[in-house]
Amino acid sequence: MSTLSLAGVSRWYGNVVAVNDISMTLGAGVTGLLGPNGAGKTTLLHMMAGFLSPSRGTVTLDDEPTWRNPDVYRRLGLVSEREAVQSYLTAYEFVLASAKLHRLADPAAAARRAIDLVELESAQDRRIGTYSKGMRQRARVAAALVHDPQVLLLDEPFNGMDPRQRLHMMQLLHTLGDDGRTILFSSHILEEVEQVSGTVQVMVAGRLAASGDFRTIRRLMTNRPHVFAVRSTDDRALAVALIAEPSVSGVELDRTGLTVRAGDYGAFTRALPRIALNQGIRVRQLVPSDESLESVFSYLVEA
Amino acid sequence: MSTITWMTARGLFGRRRFLLLLPLPLVLLGLAVLCRSLGVDPGEWGPAVLVGLGLAVVLPVVSLIIGTGVLGAEIDDGTVVHILTKPLPRWQIILPKLAVAAGVTAVTVAVPLYVAGVLADSVRLGLALAAAAALGALAYSALFLALSLVTRRPVLLGLVYVLIWEGLLGNFVSGTKVLSIQQYVIALADRLAPTGLLETTVSVSVASVMTALISIGFTVLAVDRLRSFSVAGETS
Repeated sequence: MSTLSLAGVSRWYGNVVAVNDISMTLGAGVTGLLGPNGAGKTTLLHMMAGFLSPSRGTVTLDDEPTWRNPDVYRRLGLVSEREAVQSYLTAYEFVLASAKLHRLADPAAAARRAIDLVELESAQDRRIGTYSKGMRQRARVAAALVHDPQVLLLDEPFNGMDPRQRLHMMQLLHTLGDDGRTILFSSHILEEVEQVSGTVQVMVAGRLAASGDFRTIRRLMTNRPHVFAVRSTDDRALAVALIAEPSVSGVELDRTGLTVRAGDYGAFTRALPRIALNQGIRVRQLVPSDESLESVFSYLVEA
Repeated sequence: MSTITWMTARGLFGRRRFLLLLPLPLVLLGLAVLCRSLGVDPGEWGPAVLVGLGLAVVLPVVSLIIGTGVLGAEIDDGTVVHILTKPLPRWQIILPKLAVAAGVTAVTVAVPLYVAGVLADSVRLGLALAAAAALGALAYSALFLALSLVTRRPVLLGLVYVLIWEGLLGNFVSGTKVLSIQQYVIALADRLAPTGLLETTVSVSVASVMTALISIGFTVLAVDRLRSFSVAGETS
């Protein structure tokens, strides 16, 4: 079993801090790296994979640095987000080339085994240029797995996959994790992470916002107060009536209308029409204003 | 053949960019054949075609296209990651790529230069031009390969070197000739086959030493830069 450790890792570009003081240790099993776009997930993955030097801190695989140390690739595989492949090769040639570059004892057998693992045998002799996005992704996973690495890093592996391919990839990651490998994949989609991994690392704005069991973090995310923007014929009267409602935890009144904070999404949306009707107020607008993933994440940072 | 050599060669010949290589050597060949068949005095067309076109344009431009392509194209499209995620010492990636670049360039340029040299003067001049061009191909390839790791615009910078430094400044500021691969190639060819057609102010010893220094120095630089290769700015 291999352990990937990050200790106080930061990375900045000029004045911009992309990754801010992250420490984590990844062991066997599947871990999801969750965060909105631009949170620094790719930068972090690149540092883990030895493609970027940390501005501060250390990234080590079994106590060896990953930066400027090609030897780590004996134990580490990477599937980057950019789906670049030598499209003039067939999948078999592509995976076989990987096996040869790893100097494996029996490259042909290793290539066949890896192609088997991603279930690409039937198409292995076609040029990769003719593949669908999901098939290309699988070919790349096969190439990254050909030397049977203990650690596999995948950057947004589900991007552009159809549901069936997604399911297949999820099963593959599960299998690999259950075998005792250390698997880390990044994603900006909550549901993907939920289905694949029990453990998550949540990144927001370059920092590690939460870390641990997915269900606990998910509960934190769903129990957060919901914010709505409301406009009506009489905002002030509506505010008075709303604050008496148990599901409402706060109301703010300004020139543009009301900002309502509700602890319980369902109870509030059911109560609002009733209250408005009773008060004889007409509601002109009701917009949930914090449903973006970014706001979910930023709530986590504050929590 | 190593896997890197094989993949580099396939990548090179598999891209349309490769077709860019064909016209220049053909023009060189065509002009030499035309001048010879029209009976023009070699003293008149020799320097213009052999040096002005062959050594000053065809050799550096073909080197530039290939030298920046063998690794630069993979950096551009991201496939370089596949090679870099292997437990290979980085010199084992640079040397095969340099060999492919220098080899393909040498063959592409030396053949028409040989024919043009034979038509202009003698087989000896043809062989001298071909041999000197092959050495020049190595030096240029090392330079342009390293350039593709140092900058994001290797082709532009390479063109500036070839056109401005070697082409323009070389004619007006004689000192720049000491740092001009083109002048080394001329000096070496002239030494191997002394004729009145090739002229340079650079001595043969300077040319030999500088060709070796440039080839080795830029190869070492390329290996070191590849060791610290960063994949950056890729977040979508």
